[in-house]
Amino acid sequence: MANIQQLEDLTTQVRRDILRMVHKVNSGHPGGSLGCAEFFVALYNEIMERHDDFDMDGIGEDIFFLSNGHISPVYYSVLARSGYFPVDELNTFRLINSRLQGHPTTHEGLPGVRIASGSLGQGMSVALGAAQAKKLNNDSHLVYSLHGDGELQEGQNWEAIMYAAGNNIDNIIATVDLNGQQIDGSTDDVLPMGNVRTKFEAFGWTVIEINEGNNIEAILKGMAEAKTKTGQGKPVCVLLKTVMGNGVDFMMYTHAWHGKAPNDEQLAVGLAQNVETLGDY
Amino acid sequence: MKTYTNTGSKDTRSGFGAGLTELGQTNENVVALCADLIGSLKMDDFKANHPERFFQVGIAEANMIGLAAGMTIGGKIPFTGTFANFSTGRVYDQIRQSVAYSGKNVKICASHAGLTLGEDGATHQILEDIGLMKMLPGMVVINPCDFNQTKAATMAIADHDGPVYLRFGRPKVANFTPENQTFEIGKALHLTEGNDVTIVATGHLVWEALEAAKELEGKGISAEVINIHTIKPLDEKAILDSVNKTGCIVTAEEHNYLGGLGESVSRVLATTKPTPQEFVATNDTFGESGTPEQLMEKYGLNAAAIVNAVQTVIRRK
Repeated sequence: MANIQQLEDLTTQVRRDILRMVHKVNSGHPGGSLGCAEFFVALYNEIMERHDDFDMDGIGEDIFFLSNGHISPVYYSVLARSGYFPVDELNTFRLINSRLQGHPTTHEGLPGVRIASGSLGQGMSVALGAAQAKKLNNDSHLVYSLHGDGELQEGQNWEAIMYAAGNNIDNIIATVDLNGQQIDGSTDDVLPMGNVRTKFEAFGWTVIEINEGNNIEAILKGMAEAKTKTGQGKPVCVLLKTVMGNGVDFMMYTHAWHGKAPNDEQLAVGLAQNVETLGDY
Repeated sequence: MKTYTNTGSKDTRSGFGAGLTELGQTNENVVALCADLIGSLKMDDFKANHPERFFQVGIAEANMIGLAAGMTIGGKIPFTGTFANFSTGRVYDQIRQSVAYSGKNVKICASHAGLTLGEDGATHQILEDIGLMKMLPGMVVINPCDFNQTKAATMAIADHDGPVYLRFGRPKVANFTPENQTFEIGKALHLTEGNDVTIVATGHLVWEALEAAKELEGKGISAEVINIHTIKPLDEKAILDSVNKTGCIVTAEEHNYLGGLGESVSRVLATTKPTPQEFVATNDTFGESGTPEQLMEKYGLNAAAIVNAVQTVIRRK
């Protein structure tokens, strides 16, 4: 097991990757990516029991689905730095003929990705289907998924959330990135979400809250608690309270960097706040 | 001219149910999902025989498509069942992203397609589904003609690795293709040999085409009837070989002419061998309530309409 400092160093490097990836092509979604850097690092390095080599069916290992596919930069960075494909390939993000499409896909065969996402609201259903396949295969490993909070405005989520509890799908841990922001503004301004916790609970889910969603120790503790709640007949939801743009001061606490890349000067400031730890790609 | 006998009218959806039942016994990876229409889709037997592999999703088609895509991860072969309208238009983006673009091995099985759904009316009578599905890269589109062929197609698509749209219908129609036939995806079937006109038909219109061919024979017109059960990939060679002989073609389908089989045939002909073509299809319209027979007559989708189209296209040679 890596120590916390190692995970934090990796997180810093992932932040640098995110900034450099979106800067190079002047497009992409840095805000949500930065907000979930600690979660991805913890998930792929400590939380999931996974095989080193990628296999689409993921039998005998925990598997993960990213539903809010626009935060592909953090996903790609962590997949690469987890050994699924060469870190150098991050150079090709959003470029023509790349496996690193703007939103994650299986179409180009990028190892680590099991479903296309980007059109929002579909990942919960997919993750639940994979969880049911695991049960049919007598595979006791878990399915993890990540969803945006604004994404919950898509109705398909609530079909899936109702289905999961109604069918006692208790081998899933679905995490909602509760950063309170979406492209047009705060979720409260765009479409008030109400109490997400009581909504999930009303639908029959067990809910765990991680109030410090950018603190690796808090994430590890919360996800470990979530894992203890699996296998008890109810689906498990983690509400991960993060700060969009975390780790780059001018990107924090705002929706402004949801889908905007930094310019040269802004990149320099962001990188100065996140000093190279493991080596840039 | 070779003739065909109706061995007893049956609904094509029951052919799907029979095929699914058999698949349940022969392929343990086959799973089935249904959005609150088990009886209509004839999925009762599969559910009774394999409750652990059957998933009642409720009235939530978008979730059903996503679940099916997810179940392929782990090696399952999901068959989803609901009406054609709710199988396609309602869930187009789910199919597009989670199934087609993701290359998932999902079989989208759609009953009550077209006008012959009948009395429920236009809300349920989708006439655009072939177009929607054939436009998706990698999607196979199949519209079998009778009970026996639908059963065979249902079983065959389990062995095809990739997404498939299987379209069938509600009413009892003539059952005239061989029992226990082998179904080859993308392989057109010549039903009659003829020299004057090619009639390419799919789904319920195949029997109507055979009826039309009999009537045309009485008028001295020799029609070559081809059953195109697979609209995508299209058996281009079968079509071209036939029109090289006949010099004109009528396409017949229970679908809008926009986006249907006819337009797929037109593309083949326009790029290879420009040929006079007439379309037996709905004319950019919604349907309405009525009996299947009344609707097929009113919207020009029966044997009489095919005969008229043949007489028109022959004059254009």
